Parts: sequence; C-alpha cells; structure tokens
Amino acid sequence: MKTHIDISKRKGERKEFSEASLVRIKELMSNVPEGKHKTAVIHVLHMAQSELGGWISVETMDYVAELLNITPIEVYEVATFYTMFHLDPTGKYVLEVCRTGPCMLVGSDKIIDYIEKKLAIKVGETTSDGLFTLKTVECLGACGYGPMLQCQYKNYEFLTTEKVDDLLNAMSNGILETYQS
Amino acid sequence: MKGRKLLIENAHIPGITTFDVYQKNGGYRALDKALKSMSPNDVVEEVKKSGLRGRGGAGFPTGMKWSFLAKPEGVPRYLVCNADESEPGTFKDRYLMEHIPHLLIEGMILSSYALGANLSFIYIRGEFMWILEILEKAIAEAYSKGYLGKNIKGSGYDLDLRVVPGGGAYICGEETALIESLEGKRGNPRIKPPFPAVKGLWGCPTVVNNVESIAAVVPIVNEGGDAYAAIGIGRSTGTKLISACGNVARPGVYEIDLGVSVEEFIYGDDYCRGMANGKKLKACVPGGSSVPILPHYLVTKTATGEDRLMTYESLADGGFATGSMLGSGGFIVFDEDQCIVRNTWNFARFYAHESCGQCSPCREGTSWMEKVLYRLEHGNGNIRDIDLLAEINKKIEGNTICPLGDAAAWPVAAAINHFREEFEWHVTNREEAVSRNYGLSKEPVTA
Repeated sequence: MKTHIDISKRKGERKEFSEASLVRIKELMSNVPEGKHKTAVIHVLHMAQSELGGWISVETMDYVAELLNITPIEVYEVATFYTMFHLDPTGKYVLEVCRTGPCMLVGSDKIIDYIEKKLAIKVGETTSDGLFTLKTVECLGACGYGPMLQCQYKNYEFLTTEKVDDLLNAMSNGILETYQS
Repeated sequence: MKGRKLLIENAHIPGITTFDVYQKNGGYRALDKALKSMSPNDVVEEVKKSGLRGRGGAGFPTGMKWSFLAKPEGVPRYLVCNADESEPGTFKDRYLMEHIPHLLIEGMILSSYALGANLSFIYIRGEFMWILEILEKAIAEAYSKGYLGKNIKGSGYDLDLRVVPGGGAYICGEETALIESLEGKRGNPRIKPPFPAVKGLWGCPTVVNNVESIAAVVPIVNEGGDAYAAIGIGRSTGTKLISACGNVARPGVYEIDLGVSVEEFIYGDDYCRGMANGKKLKACVPGGSSVPILPHYLVTKTATGEDRLMTYESLADGGFATGSMLGSGGFIVFDEDQCIVRNTWNFARFYAHESCGQCSPCREGTSWMEKVLYRLEHGNGNIRDIDLLAEINKKIEGNTICPLGDAAAWPVAAAINHFREEFEWHVTNREEAVSRNYGLSKEPVTA
C-alpha cells in the first residue's frame, strides 16, 4: 500500500512509442469487445516502462491515457496500485531482490546485505553513476530457485555472492547479453 | 493411469513448447475427441465425474463451479484462467506454462468449449512476462493450425484467446480482484454475491479457474472422468503439482498422486530427498504461506497418530488446532536453524504490503501485526504482544471483503499456537534474539 505521494518529483519529458509499439497497442485495444479497450492499460504501462526510460513519469501516464482514450486519473490509479511500475526515476538496472519467506529461508537476507555493501547503497536507492537501483520485492514465484532477483523482466536464480559479482560485472561492462546465469 | 504423471510427463521432451512436437506426443487429441464426439455438456459431466477440485488453493469442485455458470440468452460468457501465481511457496503453474504451454492452451479451448465461451483470457502476473511471450507464441501457432479462431476444425465453434498481464499485486489472485484488474482497474476485490458465475468480467457470467485445474481437463477428457477419479483417495482425486521449497535437499515441482504420504514426499527418492545439509525438520507450511504452519511432530503424523497424507482431507485433519491445508501446493519446509518468529514477521510483512487497502480491518490490522511482530523479532517485544497479536487476529478474521485478511491472520495464529515458547523466548532473551536465531544454530541473524 502506498501513502501520500509528492507528484512534483515525478515529472519527466514526454517521450513517444515507436511505430511498432503503436501498432501493438492498437492490436491490444481491438482484441477485446467494443468499448472494453481499457483492459490494455496494464500491458501498455509495461511497454511504456520498458521503452520510455525505465520508469513511468506523470507525462508518460498522460500519454498512455491519450493513446487509450481514457482519462488520466484512470491511468494514475492503476500505475500507483501495481508495484511493478516505478514512479520515480531509476537507475539503468533495477535489481529487484525477493525478500519473502521461502527466499529468506535460503539466504535472501545475505544477498540483499551483500548488494547493499557492494554498491554502497541502501534498498530503495540508486548508485551515483545511475547504473543500479536496488529494490526488494515480495514473492516472485521462484521459491524453489532462491535466492533470486529480477531485473528487466528476467530472473536470476540460485544466487550466491559470486553470482551477484558476475552479474553486476556483466551489467557494469555492458555485456549482459552474453551473461549466463 | 495410477502412478503416471498426467500433466508434466512430457515437459522434458525437447521442443515440446512447439505445436508440432506437442501434437506428435499426443497433444490436441482430447480437443479433437471433444469437438468430434462430445457435446459441451458431456465435457462438463466428465469433469464432474473426475472429482477435480480447484488447484489454486480453495479446492472447490471444478465441475460444480462450472455448473453454476449463468447462461442468459444473448449475453457472452467468459472463461478466465488465473495465472497470477503469487502465493509464497507456489511456483507450479509457472513450471507448467513455461515448459508445456500447449497443455494450458488445449485445456483453455476444451474448457471454453464446455462453458460456451467465445472469448477467453489468461491473466498472468506481470513478473512472468517471458512466459506471456511463450504463451502468445503457442496461441499464434494454435490459430495457424485452426485450433483457435472461427469454426475450429469445422466444428462450428468459435474461440478467441488472449493473454493479459498483471502489474505486481498478490491480491489479483483473488478472483474478483483479478476480474477488476483484467478490466484495467486497481485490483480491489468485489463484494460477493453476486458471484462471478452470475456477474463477472464486464458484468457477464464468468468462470475463473487456476492454470493447473484447466490443464487437468485435458487428461480428464482423454481418459475419462472415472479413470481420473480412480487416482487418489476419497474426495482428493487425481494428481497434483506440488512445489517444494525451503530447506529440502531437492526443491522443485513434483506431480504426485494425491494420497502419497507426507513422509514419502519429504524423504522419498522420487521427491524432495530429505532435508538439505543433513539438518533436522522443524516445521512445514504445506499449502502456501496462507495456511497454518505445522510443527515437526504434526507434519508426517496427525494428532491421532495416523500417517499424514498429501490429500485435502488428511492435511486438514485436526482443523486449525493440529492440522493445516493442502492449499495451492506450495510446500515450504523449515530446518532446525530457522526462526519461526522471524518467518511469521516476514509473512506478516508480505500481507501488510499486499493488502489492497479497501477494508479497514485488513489494511490496519495487517500493518499492526507486522509492527508487533517486528518488535518481537528485534528484541523490543513485550510478553503482552503475543496475546495482542491474537486480539488483532480476531478483529481481522471474517471482517473483510476477500480472504486476504484471513490469509494474513491464520499463519500468525498457528505460529503462536504451536511455537508460543519461541515467541516468549524472544521477550525473555532480548539480546540473544537480536544476535542469533532461536533454536540450535549459533549462526547470527543477518540484515
């Protein structure tokens, strides 16, 4: 549950989707019965977060509302309810470490601790070079494969401190594509 | 069909995520059979005969749920698959969808046919975005092979199937919250009645079923409801996916015949292979974080000394005093080093985080429980806090629109019931409670 939010810190530039994404959004809107296209709002917010800068600014929400032909408040209320949407500027890589029971049983506390020390930030903060944001999240449905984190919709599982080192190195050096977890 | 995996037997075949390989291995046979020789009602009857019970956690008979669906003239009906898998400890649906997506697609087409739905949805949690892509690929294949779209395989039956992602909210696993979310809104549960079977998605009659329940319709149609019902014990029929996690030697997803003993499941070679690192069993949460925790002496035996079995009935034997629930099959195992207070606080934090905020008893109660448990775990608790927790529990339980409040209250009540000593130790040994876990281990508490 979120409490009062200072919206002034959440202003961003207006950015627009690529042609291909606009086609996809049209498809998502026409996939459902006439007049029910609001169904697409969560999906479009995911696309916006991925494509328009890694977080969702007020401007992005207004843009999504325009595209879906719904009122801005209908987008705000959705974006602020679901925890996957980052409403503040983030680093390039948002590390979301699962902190819930089953992961804790196999050592997620140690992993969170380790990343905090290694990056010299606390949970919720971003490194000064703008590369990493560390967050903790509730259960991601990988309980048998913990400890784990998710970054940009990809899971990194059975984490150890060595694996965290490798992963962060791959991200720092821009060679994440070749990183094998 | 006993002792055989019905859902994930073929999950390891290379290429099984593609239509062709799935079909070569017996896929879409059930659908061919149903479209050729069974009326929608015949399919419903087979599911009723099978005794299949909802695999998402509640265990309500699927066939009966289907028969409640209102069928007013000229109003569309919807089938929605609940792929929001978010109950801590549960990761079985993910396994099924990731490894054998066409089984879910075939199950969706069969079930939609049975219910007379012409547009169906799979609502998947947003964190499973890569599985959404797997499912969309499988759906596109099914369209191109004529198993989706207009006049499927010349049967005259039309069906469109869509996948819609969530955005990270545990509450959307509750069926009315899921429907709200699917409509593009906040996931606030609705007051029931009206039930979704009468007024669901966009106000139309809707059935919401778990991924595993829908997938199970495929073997039920293939081999008949009676053959399915022959597996298991009593009212726990068929096979069940159990996701084992925590301190077991071999965590993972297992398909079991309902009725396997808990002892065999934890220690057997075919399943978890015992505890990790040679530690002793301390406790077990057998059905996802919402169900009561069992202390080690009630895990493999019931209070009356009978073998505890992996069935809806046996796991619930003893009620909330000495039993638990099969729930979603999220089987969480704790070894001797784990701190029950810490874990209870962790789960309480989860529910406080995931409460939608709509009902005061849940919104306020879950946060208060989290705060009280936090201070107990961190050496600032008072002996009265233990009873205070029980008081808060009573204020939440039964006083909310949806079961999240109950789900938050039950684990705390059970933990205090079985491990009161450990809670008291946290008050009488404050400094030790901060520096190490209760129990045998001298390992320090981290973070």
